[in-house]
Amino acid sequence: MCTLEKRGQLFLLTLTGDGEHRLNPTLLDSIRSAISRIRSDPSSPQSVLITTSHGKFFSNGYDLALAESDPSLRVAMDSKLRSLVADLISLPMPTIAAVTGHASAAGFVLAMSHDYVLMRRDRGFLYMSEMDIGLVIPAWFVAVVRAKIGSPAARRDVVLTAEKVTAERGLEMGIVDSSYGSAAETVEGAVKLGEEIVRRGVDGHVYGRMRETLLKQVLHAIGSNESGSDRIQNSGSKP
Amino acid sequence: MCTLEKRGDLFLLTLTGDDEHRFHPDTIASVLSLLEQAKSQSTRGSVLITTAQGKFFSNGFDLAWAQAAGSQTGAVNRMHQMVESFKPVIAALFELPMPTIAALNGHAAASGLMFALSHDYVFMRNDRGVLYMSEVDLGLPLPDYFAAMFAAKIGTSIARRELLLSGKKIKGEEAVALGIVDSAAHDSVEGVVEATVSLGESLAAKKWNGEVYASIRKSLYPGLCAMLSLTAKIAASP
Repeated sequence: MCTLEKRGQLFLLTLTGDGEHRLNPTLLDSIRSAISRIRSDPSSPQSVLITTSHGKFFSNGYDLALAESDPSLRVAMDSKLRSLVADLISLPMPTIAAVTGHASAAGFVLAMSHDYVLMRRDRGFLYMSEMDIGLVIPAWFVAVVRAKIGSPAARRDVVLTAEKVTAERGLEMGIVDSSYGSAAETVEGAVKLGEEIVRRGVDGHVYGRMRETLLKQVLHAIGSNESGSDRIQNSGSKP
Repeated sequence: MCTLEKRGDLFLLTLTGDDEHRFHPDTIASVLSLLEQAKSQSTRGSVLITTAQGKFFSNGFDLAWAQAAGSQTGAVNRMHQMVESFKPVIAALFELPMPTIAALNGHAAASGLMFALSHDYVFMRNDRGVLYMSEVDLGLPLPDYFAAMFAAKIGTSIARRELLLSGKKIKGEEAVALGIVDSAAHDSVEGVVEATVSLGESLAAKKWNGEVYASIRKSLYPGLCAMLSLTAKIAASP
């Protein structure tokens, strides 16, 4: 499912196994439990989190087959991912996603919920697949996109054109911070970046609160039970 | 005034004639009617391309018609009428259940630029045509939904300042650099139309669900959609 290692001041959270790492309730609980352990570690305010995965996928999104078989699980997955992203936003340490495989839909949102996105450029893409499968994107997903992708054209390319974003395009769009020649090099890059951040000396508590302020709109969207339409009506925020 | 043709999956909306294609109550009503027609005939894979004939895409509202009211109050009322009746045109484009592409044959100013920006993709020429928000030069206030459009569609404060506060006339190359249009790599009207048709055909091939498309589009611009009184019809779900 997922493992948590400590390497010096770095926490390495890995989605294990060769599958699609679909964000089903079990995996989401597992990740949240790991985040909880990180949070309660006394060294956490001087640490950095790196999230990565094994195999061809970072995460291919929600388990839609499961949702189809039991609609209550669809609600559970949405609820658990909201909590996880809120956890990541309030986490008292910098976070790095080492994207070593495809990240689609909810999986893309998970990657974007990190402060830094490092990605391999030899394969894999970031993909908001909903348009292609005929699903409306949850309003809170769009809030993440709007918070993390600055250019209106890039947002449109991601969400409306459903572009399969390679690392190179991700760099152009400002979604990806840096790219690497292979999965191993991406993780290595994340470790180097993590160590650099640790060396700089960050007060994790202050960092976490600043991130919450920066991503206030996302937390608001996560916390609301609004559907897309309510979100539009109640939005008093600047676009 | 304006026509709607069908070419395979593509709806081609053309503002016809060699004039400035100013928005006036009659043209506004015509455009709205054609957009409604496109909406009613839409299927999976439909795409709208909007263009115009002559030197102008559209030079904005018909200020001469407003002045012809014969009094200050009359002119103000006519301006207000155009501003209010234009809003449904913008709303119709945001609700249109298909991808939309503007192929700028020439100048797009004020409400003409608003019209262009209401499309999902905007292509212009590099040899002719400027984008221009004339309001600051004419001493006209910016309607609230115009300001909301610029905030939603133009990403940098520098680009917004150049257009809205500096009253700059922006040519193709600069428009691309400022992130206002998607492409200006075309040095003729045929070139820009051909490029939009090509994009249109690749989007049509996706055979997307138009209702879902419109819903996702609107969710990208919550502030602007609120101002246009638009809501997403389909509830969000994983």
